[in-house]
Amino acid sequence: MLDKFGIAKRIAQELQDGFYVNLGIGIPTLVANYVPEGVEVILQSENGLLGIGPFPTEEQVDADLINAGKQTVTTTAGSSFFDSAMSFGMIRAGKVDLTVLGAMEVADNGDIANWKIPGKMVKGMGGAMDLVASAKNIIVAMQHTDKAGNSKLLDNCTLPITGRKCVRKVVTNLGVFEVTSDGFLCTEYAPGVSIEQIKESTAGRLKISPDVKEMIV
Amino acid sequence: MNKVVANAEEAIKDIQDNQMLMLGGFGLCGIPENCISALVKKGVKNLTCISNNAGVDDFGIGLMLKARQVKKMISSYVGENAEFERQLLSGELEVELIPQGTLATRCMASGYGMPAIYTPAGVGTEVAEGKEVRNFNGKDYLLEYAFDSDFAIVKAWKGDTHGNLIFKDTARNFNPLMAMAGKITIAEVEELVPAGQLDPNQIHTPGIYVHRLFQGMNYEKRIEQRTVRS
Repeated sequence: MLDKFGIAKRIAQELQDGFYVNLGIGIPTLVANYVPEGVEVILQSENGLLGIGPFPTEEQVDADLINAGKQTVTTTAGSSFFDSAMSFGMIRAGKVDLTVLGAMEVADNGDIANWKIPGKMVKGMGGAMDLVASAKNIIVAMQHTDKAGNSKLLDNCTLPITGRKCVRKVVTNLGVFEVTSDGFLCTEYAPGVSIEQIKESTAGRLKISPDVKEMIV
Repeated sequence: MNKVVANAEEAIKDIQDNQMLMLGGFGLCGIPENCISALVKKGVKNLTCISNNAGVDDFGIGLMLKARQVKKMISSYVGENAEFERQLLSGELEVELIPQGTLATRCMASGYGMPAIYTPAGVGTEVAEGKEVRNFNGKDYLLEYAFDSDFAIVKAWKGDTHGNLIFKDTARNFNPLMAMAGKITIAEVEELVPAGQLDPNQIHTPGIYVHRLFQGMNYEKRIEQRTVRS
């Protein structure tokens, strides 16, 4: 079974040289730490930056330079700044190659819920609805089950949804799942995880690929 | 052509109760600190505020919330503010949450003289309730209207006496969009220079959009998530 770093490492294998990538808050942010050797990607921050660099040193901290999680950051060589309309313009126009985000629930048709829990204080969707409505390749990074052990991979989302039929792939602590017209297709299982365990932990429609293999992380 | 006023108090003096204001910034980055302080001092009430976020308890728009000056917030994310939550749950404060890109583009539409835009954000979700849906090339889009705001209040890095503005780094965010969108636009700047001193090639907001501006002072520039390399 993977920890959150393992999930991030596996998603980093999806990165291709020259990709523009938007990483959400949480596990997705960790993906930046595992970019494969020889692969150059440019990270987009939806508050208006292409080319997010590492966190600053104490001396470099600048209140005017933050990421979408409001953390202080630096820039990489070749970075650019722009306003928020252009930022979502490039997302909407499909210029961003890959979007990685967290979720509370994913349905087997690619619906995603990640912004609101009825009865709890609603903080808002931020840029999540824009991202999921437009991104051409969306990978969800999340734990397979909630704290009570309930599957987060469902036949229908029970929470208010963020977007419809948009998720292409889900990487969880148990494995890798593509979203197909037949529901989730398990293509890889995490080290130490059995197919039986995956079946028991998945509530949505699930098929196991004939070529299923153990994940290499 | 000189749009310079003495200070924040002078710049906001005609803002009245019940009006709609746009306030630039993302989180606490690039917010019009001086004008927010002046609005709190002036005590105008029942304001509708359009801003991506609502500040924190003791800074930014949070100060206006604490003084009970805000009737309604229109934002995309309001998560960092306990007083906001209290007022929302008690029914004192109304909130309209809209996707961040929709918020930005509705500002842009105002400044470009377009009444509305179509966006896919929120299709099939509760954001779409009651909105016109139109299909283009096989994909559904929501009709979203341009904002019609009495004032826009923005913070820039540099400005000149004609109102031309330059923003710094990610403090740009919503500022140039809102600057285009106000019936009256007020800018506070860190560095105010005579017309002719800024390179015209570098201007982000042409002065035609800005009605008044002033040299800001005592910027705190608070950081929400100070994160450094380990």
